[in-house]
Amino acid sequence: MSALTGALGDGAVVAKRNLIKIKRSPELLIFSTLQPIMFILLFAYVFGSAIGQDRTGVNYREFLIAGIFAQTVIFGATLTGAGLADDMKKGIIDRFRSLPMSRSAVLVGRTTSDVLNNVLVITVMSLTGLVVGWRIRTSFLEALAGFLLLLLFAYAISWVFAWIGLLVPSVEVVQSASFIVIFPMTFIANTFVPESGLPGPLRTVAEWNPVSSLTQAARELFGNVAADMPEPTAWPLQNPVLYTLIWSVLILVVFVPLAVRQYKRAASR
Amino acid sequence: MGAQVRARGLVKRYGDVVALDGLDLEVEEGTVLGLLGPNGAGKTTVVRVLTTLLEPDEGSAEVAGVDVLADPAAVRRQIGLSGQYAAVDEYLTGFENLDMIGRLYRLGRTRSRERARELLERFDLVEAGDRPLKGYSGGMRRRLDLAGALVAQPPVLFLDEPTTGLDPRSRSEMWDVIRELVRGGTTLLLTTQYLEEADLLADEIVVIDHGQAIAQGTADALKSQVGGERVEVVVDAAADLEQARSVLSGLATGEVVVDAHTRRLTAPVAGGGKVLVDALGRLDAAGIGVLDVALRRPTLDDVFLALTGRVTEEAAA
Ligand SMILES: Nc1ncnc2c1ncn2[C@@H]1O[C@H](COP(=O)(O)OP(=O)(O)O)[C@@H](O)[C@H]1O
Ligand SMILES: [Mg+2]
Repeated sequence: MSALTGALGDGAVVAKRNLIKIKRSPELLIFSTLQPIMFILLFAYVFGSAIGQDRTGVNYREFLIAGIFAQTVIFGATLTGAGLADDMKKGIIDRFRSLPMSRSAVLVGRTTSDVLNNVLVITVMSLTGLVVGWRIRTSFLEALAGFLLLLLFAYAISWVFAWIGLLVPSVEVVQSASFIVIFPMTFIANTFVPESGLPGPLRTVAEWNPVSSLTQAARELFGNVAADMPEPTAWPLQNPVLYTLIWSVLILVVFVPLAVRQYKRAASR
Repeated sequence: MGAQVRARGLVKRYGDVVALDGLDLEVEEGTVLGLLGPNGAGKTTVVRVLTTLLEPDEGSAEVAGVDVLADPAAVRRQIGLSGQYAAVDEYLTGFENLDMIGRLYRLGRTRSRERARELLERFDLVEAGDRPLKGYSGGMRRRLDLAGALVAQPPVLFLDEPTTGLDPRSRSEMWDVIRELVRGGTTLLLTTQYLEEADLLADEIVVIDHGQAIAQGTADALKSQVGGERVEVVVDAAADLEQARSVLSGLATGEVVVDAHTRRLTAPVAGGGKVLVDALGRLDAAGIGVLDVALRRPTLDDVFLALTGRVTEEAAA
């Protein structure tokens, strides 16, 4: 068996194990689907009605949805870190490391199962979105590309948190760390307000923040950009798909090796 | 027949703590080595080095003829590990846990399933096998963890404190399982804090403390150094001490020690419970009142006291 198929096979075994865990902990499953539903409803009715006025069919509510999608899948990606920290604490990583399995399989399996979890989350959010009036105004393929881009970027972020989870093997610390990183990252962006409304330096950060380009790309691919919205002036937001792809690849190129290296030397205490 | 495990001059430091301090070890093929030591002696650290989980700062090690540092991947194909804390998956069933390990050893789908069923049967887990582990007792988890180490029938096995934390019944069940395993010819390195356990399971014992081997030999050799079993008697009246001493001398294997202050006599004996009954009978026949009596087997604490002149930190605490 070649190293690659070996790694993929082992990764599939580990991913299956993680999915069984999700399936068998209904409380986790309920909260991880309730949370996106709550987000959509809160934003749609609290903010959406406060700020929302109809602009050529695309209202603020519709503008928001892509932002909420982006924020939620990125938060979903942080689960990778907590999951690995938990396995580490319970000695399960040690058991895996003593087996003649591929050195990257635990990470491949974990990031894969977390992407699948995100697929579920996105599905639930989309259905909720449709209920509150969100519409896809483009073609099926464009919309699909939007979903795939969201998942790809979240997948890349998963690897960052895989590294963090192995570096700081405490579920609680990883969770607080993800809040501290992810909140500013998803708020100093065009997720909930147009970047043009942000003051000077914040606006620059938002324009170059890959969360903004991800959101912008999703908005465009879903057809949720109102005609009367100002054209973005920064290059990343003028080329949001490309810019997001570049970031995703860069993150993967840096953090896949870092996480695998950390896995190899992780000591369980 | 050569050594299946060989470690030379292992050193591992954690800051100021020297977890391993130049440790040498050898386990002959088909034998059981008991690594005996108190908490913090460095047992887990040795096991982690030998199972490729941890790189030592100095020294070298070979397992199944393969250099642990040079070719860890090849070592992993030859070993099974059951760590100090059962590393089993709460949400999976017993079957799923074992099946997963089989797949990761690359046994293939059919063989992995077969093996999982075989092991569940062997470890008396068939009924529980299709339930998630959440409802398992400590003893069941431990057995499943051990089963996990056996999935690929590895020639060399490492068990880190396999019975610590188990109730007496689960412990003796575990002992049976391990003894049966060893009869099958597996080379085993086992760590423990109990002399009794090492005595029962190991062919050879290495006592470690502060990361160094402080004694090595068969259980019998160690016990003869420590002094084996003894009967302890506390008499009612100090006036009876002398007479009690001469009564006990009749069945002691060595000198009877008298502590006048506590009215306690200690007599080294051989023969277990029968000797105790015998001693009580003779004391009674001599009309000596007995306040307290016990048969004591040597423990790790006694070994420690004999070897180092000090007690283990736990016994002192
Ligand atoms: N990751 C670690 N960081 C710091 N100290 C450690 C670590 N692992 C072990 N130690 C220390 O090394 C010594 C030996 O530990 P260990 O091998 O676990 O002992 P044992 O298994 O015999 O109880 C102890 O003093 C322990 O505190
Ligand atoms: Mg230990």
